[in-house]
Amino acid sequence: MLEIWNTYHQDILAGLKVTLTASIIALICSLIIGTVMAMLQVSTKKWVKKIGNIYVNFFRNIPLLIVVMFFFVVLPLYGIKFDGITSGTIGLTLYTSAFIADTVRSGIEAVSKGQREAGMSSGLTYLQIMYYIVLPQAFKIALPSLGNQFINLVKNSSILAMVTGADLMYTGDLIASTTFNTLGTYTLIGLIYLLMTMPLSYLMRYIETRTATY
Amino acid sequence: MVWGVKYDTKLFGLMNIEKREVEGFDIDIAKEITKRLLGDEKKAEFVEVTSKTRIPLLKNGNIDAIIATMTISDERKKQVDFSDVYFDAGQSLLVKKGSDIKSVEDLNDGKTVLAVKGSTSAANVRKKAPKAKVLELENYAEAFTALQSGQGDAMTTDNSILLGMASENPDYELVGGNFTDEPYGIAFNKGQTELVNQVNSILSDMKKDGTYEKIYKKWIKD
Repeated sequence: MLEIWNTYHQDILAGLKVTLTASIIALICSLIIGTVMAMLQVSTKKWVKKIGNIYVNFFRNIPLLIVVMFFFVVLPLYGIKFDGITSGTIGLTLYTSAFIADTVRSGIEAVSKGQREAGMSSGLTYLQIMYYIVLPQAFKIALPSLGNQFINLVKNSSILAMVTGADLMYTGDLIASTTFNTLGTYTLIGLIYLLMTMPLSYLMRYIETRTATY
Repeated sequence: MVWGVKYDTKLFGLMNIEKREVEGFDIDIAKEITKRLLGDEKKAEFVEVTSKTRIPLLKNGNIDAIIATMTISDERKKQVDFSDVYFDAGQSLLVKKGSDIKSVEDLNDGKTVLAVKGSTSAANVRKKAPKAKVLELENYAEAFTALQSGQGDAMTTDNSILLGMASENPDYELVGGNFTDEPYGIAFNKGQTELVNQVNSILSDMKKDGTYEKIYKKWIKD
């Protein structure tokens, strides 16, 4: 394993950089899209609610690989060309945002109705109520599950390997198939994923205890 | 006897979904060897391998031998023992008809080439056309799909495999001839000298008595 690191650490670090970049971009974008979708889902207008529900159900119920492949091989047929990293990141964002939407939605629903009513009686608009009153509380409630979604996102980013995304997993595949040292390579790659996700779990737990209301 | 074979390589090892049976040149050779070795071709069992998984599966003992369009190379000889050459292939390029790529050298103007992870093809093309960008996909089907959707300008691997694709997709053709020699061998785990010798003598018998020619004609030359 050490031998692999010594020979290929530059490639591994380059792959790690792609994995981190794709994960961070997908994390930020899916948090935004997910929150918007969650707000649509809790809307009182039926058709708005429907848009949110369709989005979430659609992406939650198809495999990530198919979403990614769609951007990598289907859209280019119609002249819209994405490289592996871009199609991987877009797929990852759309897919993760469906799960984040669900998490945030249940957070919003857990905020007591009185809070919204109080906002309305102070003359705030729907968006103001959401922004100032409901969402901050909803995020606090949803934080543990959001943390899980982020960890999943980092692991799921290995999907980039399937579409020439040059990420950590892709680099690992190439090293394993050059050296035939499958066990050593994947153990090393697995450890690096662990080094990314473990601090993330601790960070989430830390934020959780800091913001705990009870 | 458990053989590691490919399921996605037309003419050599392809899963016939209707018959639920894998068939091709490699498969027929494996069946014939099993028949001469163990007395019954039904004793041949087939397990799917890819370029990436075939050597690990052999090392683990999941399979007894690999017959999966595998080129004999010095690097691989450190890991496995090879039989004599059972098929002479060469690496070539598959492009859409009318493409301006005519030879491997043409790839050097920053063209993108699609290959499969764990195959020798990517390394070869990097040597012959160092300025070409090489994208490595999971398997031949994905590489060809990526070629169709324009993710690359050409796809490269052994001519034997590309011929199978071109026969299915008349819009695509092989160009530039063979720019490498790819002698295919059957791979065994290290230290099975006796078995390798037996298989070598079976191969030579098959060539002498016309069985090899028959299988060759069935798959490669219609």
